[in-house]
Amino acid sequence: MHANPVADPAARFTGSNATGHSCAQSVPAADAAPALTLRDVTVAYHDRVVLRDVSLQLAVGRVTALLGPSGCGKSSLLQCCNRLSDLIDGCRVQGNIRVFGEDILAAACDLRRLRKRVGMIFQKANPFPLSIRRNIELPLIEHGVRDAQQRDHIMEKVLRDVGLWQEVRDRLQAPAQSLSGGQQQRLCIARALALAPDILLMDEPCSALDPIAGGRIEELIGELRGRYSIVLVTHNLFQARRVADDVALLWPMPDGSRLLEFAPRETIFSAPQHELTGLYLRGAMG
Amino acid sequence: MISSSPSTSSPWSIDLLLRCWQRLAAAVAGGVLLLLVAYLIAESLPALMRIGPLALLTDPSWHPLEGSFALLPMVMASVGIALLAMALALPLGLAIALFLTVYAGRRLRAIYVAMLELLAGIPSVILGFWGLVALVPVIARWQAPGTSLLAAALVLALMITPTIALLSHLVLRQAAQTHALTTAALALSHYAHIFRVVLPVAMPALASTALLALGRALGETMVVLMVAGNVVQFPASLTTPVRSLTANIALEMAYARQEHRSALFVSGLVLLLVAGGLYFLIARLQRGDKEQAPVESAA
Ligand SMILES: Nc1ncnc2c1ncn2[C@@H]1O[C@H](COP(=O)(O)OP(=O)(O)OP(=O)(O)O)[C@@H](O)[C@H]1O
Ligand SMILES: [Mg+2]
Repeated sequence: MHANPVADPAARFTGSNATGHSCAQSVPAADAAPALTLRDVTVAYHDRVVLRDVSLQLAVGRVTALLGPSGCGKSSLLQCCNRLSDLIDGCRVQGNIRVFGEDILAAACDLRRLRKRVGMIFQKANPFPLSIRRNIELPLIEHGVRDAQQRDHIMEKVLRDVGLWQEVRDRLQAPAQSLSGGQQQRLCIARALALAPDILLMDEPCSALDPIAGGRIEELIGELRGRYSIVLVTHNLFQARRVADDVALLWPMPDGSRLLEFAPRETIFSAPQHELTGLYLRGAMG
Repeated sequence: MISSSPSTSSPWSIDLLLRCWQRLAAAVAGGVLLLLVAYLIAESLPALMRIGPLALLTDPSWHPLEGSFALLPMVMASVGIALLAMALALPLGLAIALFLTVYAGRRLRAIYVAMLELLAGIPSVILGFWGLVALVPVIARWQAPGTSLLAAALVLALMITPTIALLSHLVLRQAAQTHALTTAALALSHYAHIFRVVLPVAMPALASTALLALGRALGETMVVLMVAGNVVQFPASLTTPVRSLTANIALEMAYARQEHRSALFVSGLVLLLVAGGLYFLIARLQRGDKEQAPVESAA
């Protein structure tokens, strides 16, 4: 447990600033460190380099779409940012990654704190096969929210945030697996939000969903903008165009993918720097 | 005509052959089972009709040649041995499975699993033999004659522990791997991962594992025959020599005639009922697992 009040999820949802800007609390000065900084990040699996020298700076409260052909290492890049890469056999990460200025690749990095600050949504909704309530309660209990009432309060808040509250308020004891795919994905987002992260990493959260459920999640991302810094991996360029503030494009090269271009959405769609970017964005848009 | 078979080549497609073969196999398996049960019932009927089911429970003793057919002591012995063996093997097996899943490194796990597989593969007659020459004398030093309910339960526990451990390990490992990234991404502790996610999630499968092991313990004949003592009496204490239903059938079938023979079939029927009941329970557990969702959401 940490004494740091910011690290306490309960602190975020109670008191006068319950509706406050969550990032504002964790960044003392207005233009302090960016949410996420990658410098020369190289990722290899068993000595096969899949990402080479990727450098990025994500501003606080913005939505960044991460684009690129399949297999170019988007998921791998996300997994470095909360050190989930540690769990993956043979995965090696080099370079420098900072979360609000803190070097997270350092041996001394507190993984528990890091992963609470940097939430992750997986491509396939992965609620625990337990009750809906338990899915949100469990991480809260683990992170020291002892008061049941407070937990209920947070649960209602995050379920409202993802627009699930009306649908599940009467059956919180039902198994999470009884929800539809889209509902399950929103439950997973709610579960991540319950820990009051600063950054959300979303790995193709809509890819397994029908357009309506996907649209709902997209809307949700729009609503979360500003309160959270979001990295959104997507293959859907329309989606990137609709929700992203910035767009990053990874491109596979023989010796590992590189960051081809990183720019605000308007710029990259209307006046891409690279010929390839333009081709990709136009080609993939049909 | 449009053939219902998806293959385009000929109506005598491999699909059709496969389907016929599957149906035949299913019919044979089902038929054999039905015949078996019918045969058991037919052979049991004389005893049930002439002696009466009540007498099987209330007769003072098992002296089949003198027309006294008390099955109850043996039912108690069977159940007692199996439950005691389970009580010993289940915690041990689960502990081993947890150790393998949570703490053992890759090499240690491989060695351990190989050992358990070896242990699980030991024929029960060898285990019974070991029990007779190694375990029974130890118990005899404490309470003669040594062959007893306790001896049988201990050897049975040894027999089913590896099975429980291996099956539970598979179940736990699967659940642990499925949720590893999720729990890590939520910064749950290792403890929470295992005890708050993996174990609750794996519980129905673990319960089926336990029931399977119980079924095996109930049905085991050779070990019990060799070390339980085979005296027909109520298990008054742990060290009482007892005879199980299975041992009884094995011991007497060779020379049993008429009602005696029929009474043995009744004990077989009782065993089958217990095993069938267990199977039903497993099926319900597994089905309940899947159907929980609609049932609860409808409420
Ligand atoms: N666990 C692993 N072990 C070895 N190689 C891996 C592993 N995971 C990914 N890779 C390799 O790394 C490369 C990038 O994979 P990654 O999953 O990051 O791609 P992606 O951009 O997310 O693709 P997609 O859009 O299809 O999800 C691929 O070539 C893949 O083969
Ligand atoms: Mg991916």
